[in-house]
Amino acid sequence: MIESHATTEGIHGHPALQHHFENMEQQREAGTIGMWVFLVTEIMFFGGMFLAYALYRSYYPASFASASNHLDITLGAVNTAVLIVSSFTMALAVYFTQVGKQRPQVICLALTLVLGLTFLGIKAVEYHDKYTDHLIPGRLIPSAPFGPAVQEEGQPLDHHKVHLLPGATLPQVEMFYWIYFAMTGMHALHMIIGAGLLTFLLIYSIKGRFDPEYHSPVEIVGLYWHFVDIVWIFLFPLLYLLGRHFEHG
Amino acid sequence: MSEHIVPVKVYLAIFLALLVGTALTVVAAFIDFPWRLNTIVALTIATIKATLVVLYFMHVRYGTRLVWVIVASALFWMAILFAFTFSDYFTREWLSTGY
Amino acid sequence: MQPIESFEVPVPPKVNYINAKYGLKSWLLTKDHKRIALLYLGSITFFFFIGGLYALMIRLELLTPQGDLMESTTYNKVFTQHGIIMIFFFLIPSIPATLGNFLIPMMIGAKDLAFPRINLLSWYVYLIGGIITIYALLAGGVDTGWTFYTPFSTTFSNSYVVATGLGIFINGFSSILTGLNFIVTIHTMRAPGMTWFRMPLFLWSHYATSLIMILGTPVVAITILLLAFERVSGVGIFNPALGGDPVLFQHLFWFYSHPAVYIMVLPSMGVVSELVANFSRKNIFGYSFVAFSSLAIAVFGFLVWGHHLFVASQSVYAGMIFSFLSFAVAIPSAIKVFNWTATLYKSSISYDTPMLYALGFIGLFTIGGMTGLFLASLAVDVHVSDTYFVVAHFHYIMVGGAMMGYLGGLHYWWPKISGRMYPEGWGRFSALVIFVGFNLTFLPQFVAGYLGMPRRYHAYPPEFQVFNVLSTAGASILGFGMLIPAIYFVWSMRYGRHAGSNPWNLPGLEWRTQSPPPTENFEVTPIVTWEAYEFAPPEETEVVGKFGPEPERI
Repeated sequence: MIESHATTEGIHGHPALQHHFENMEQQREAGTIGMWVFLVTEIMFFGGMFLAYALYRSYYPASFASASNHLDITLGAVNTAVLIVSSFTMALAVYFTQVGKQRPQVICLALTLVLGLTFLGIKAVEYHDKYTDHLIPGRLIPSAPFGPAVQEEGQPLDHHKVHLLPGATLPQVEMFYWIYFAMTGMHALHMIIGAGLLTFLLIYSIKGRFDPEYHSPVEIVGLYWHFVDIVWIFLFPLLYLLGRHFEHG
Repeated sequence: MSEHIVPVKVYLAIFLALLVGTALTVVAAFIDFPWRLNTIVALTIATIKATLVVLYFMHVRYGTRLVWVIVASALFWMAILFAFTFSDYFTREWLSTGY
Repeated sequence: MQPIESFEVPVPPKVNYINAKYGLKSWLLTKDHKRIALLYLGSITFFFFIGGLYALMIRLELLTPQGDLMESTTYNKVFTQHGIIMIFFFLIPSIPATLGNFLIPMMIGAKDLAFPRINLLSWYVYLIGGIITIYALLAGGVDTGWTFYTPFSTTFSNSYVVATGLGIFINGFSSILTGLNFIVTIHTMRAPGMTWFRMPLFLWSHYATSLIMILGTPVVAITILLLAFERVSGVGIFNPALGGDPVLFQHLFWFYSHPAVYIMVLPSMGVVSELVANFSRKNIFGYSFVAFSSLAIAVFGFLVWGHHLFVASQSVYAGMIFSFLSFAVAIPSAIKVFNWTATLYKSSISYDTPMLYALGFIGLFTIGGMTGLFLASLAVDVHVSDTYFVVAHFHYIMVGGAMMGYLGGLHYWWPKISGRMYPEGWGRFSALVIFVGFNLTFLPQFVAGYLGMPRRYHAYPPEFQVFNVLSTAGASILGFGMLIPAIYFVWSMRYGRHAGSNPWNLPGLEWRTQSPPPTENFEVTPIVTWEAYEFAPPEETEVVGKFGPEPERI
């Protein structure tokens, strides 16, 4: 188990040292462990939804595949790439802070924020498409209850219509979209919070508050950001890709 | 500072690996594998990508054992949630009364 | 070499954490864990009284077999709200947020918790969750049972499900933040020399509790959100219309709610370990067994939730696994009871109020735990599930167990918290009254339940009336008994005898600073060179470093 870093020396030096910590090392370690413990709660939080998804996907494979195929795979893949780049720029931001290069630090933080907002913008486009196709589940939007048009056999392919694979039913497709909105909605909420955190970081970074001695806020927000990226790394194949091999054309 | 500074080229390598993984998983999605291999392939690629992010972007590779234990515990607990819940759903049919 | 002295007439220290700063803002914006503990103490006492009022209404209705005091829908709201308030707003925060917050930094020799501002935030989050829930209760209440089972809660109930759910959801964050704070503090802020195995057992049990808070609470959080989403959208994963399964809700709900009962009882067990060792002046028997049993309870507690679904159409094969594990989870609890008993054997017991509560805990928790085994047994559970047998079982654990530990701890550390002693005679009297009242309330319920009286019914067949009358009589005595400490604790803050730094003459680190402590807890960070519960004659104990101002001799 970790040995405590507490010492009996008096408090010294760094303006960012809080009064109840003995030294910066202890403060940094506490902050990092604290964020990791918080990420554990996030893993369990999303875990409940992944459970529901896994269960119903195993029960209704054809419906889930049909519903999934109606999602825009290009937008989903682009969003995945956007988040991966943003994780890269976030890691670089931490690096530049560690080596004390303020200008690249600010640029990387700004890029991460922009990419995060890009993700949200693309998500908004996708959500709007769902709305116009009447795929918002239940009576969430009372004026547009769930009720997509179904692709008929032999008719020309209409991308606004849901193509039901053999064995698929519309109620189970609605189930898929309920889970889709719950999971991506919760993910988007976490992105918004992350964007807020990044904005704070950016402001402090521009003011020169972070240096090689003190930069744990950047690291800690980085951990959060990477976690949100990891959730999407799983959401993308599970929501967008699972039925593609059934569709031929 | 006991902190380990990860060099940029490591980050770059991981970043490229993540992009390759994404491309791979999209391509593999359209190939009709037998049995349930599509799911297994997709989840394997996703897990590898996530592992790379955790180990390198989140510094767990260079971190303390405590952090490693924390990550492992979270995954273990999710496994408990899944395993025991599925133990109900996947065994309900075993005692089928036939109607 | 300074012996621990406690035989002079104590003089209250000039400056302590209570009078260090004045004004409402200094309390509402405090970062001091001790002040935050007091803020919590006030709030949870408030919620306890509200939960108690609901209990009073339940017992009054059940005096007669007919549903004559209130309609069934009203009664549904009353027992639902009794459960919600008592569980989420009293029991779960009680010991960790008051005694835990106050003592954990002191017991490890730190100046505060790792994240003092997050500590304060957790209290505000608790308040916001509480206010939203109270609003929902006043606006019309919720009638689904504290368990919120679907599809009633999602589709058919006409009560304030979403608002109450929101209040509970927000309150969950308070739990998570507290647990997070404790885990990081115990890992990173122990004083030099304070190794894991020199920590008092109170810390081990709070560490285990914090693990449960971290791993379990998020699952009930997402479950409540999914419930609300389903209610608002009209369809969802728990709704058979879309192919959903209502029992999935129960899986997700109980994944947290079973470990939650360990959140409620583990801290109390930590208190009991302290009380048993200290009031029998003997090192706890089997320290590492007791320490590891706390962790074992936390881990095993996550593997048994299916025992709440035995009669809910869960697969019987899963039921067998959960039943077996439910028997297994009793083992670490039993280990604790055996070790406490072994500690008491041939020791020097002083029957002060805290010890009375500890002894009460050991007996009543044992009864509660053993009746749990009845419920863990698949066949018996089919018979007693959803009867008063279950109600009696969990009240033995929650009131006979958790609450006794809370009251015992409150009495034990009251001199440290307030600098004053409570009146010992009244303390012992009220402990006895509570013990008698409690047993009279809940023992008849075991019988009534076993004979078939269902729970959550406002009317019942007349043959059960005698049990209910006994139970209500007991509840009145219990209520009266609990009012007495409320009065004398407040009284003692002004008129109680001043306690010195170590009124009980004990070796714990928290007793080596003044009562009430200064804001920074210790003048100098102590260096710990002794084991927990080292009971040696005062002249032989070596105390290193300075632990606060010398008591003034009069």
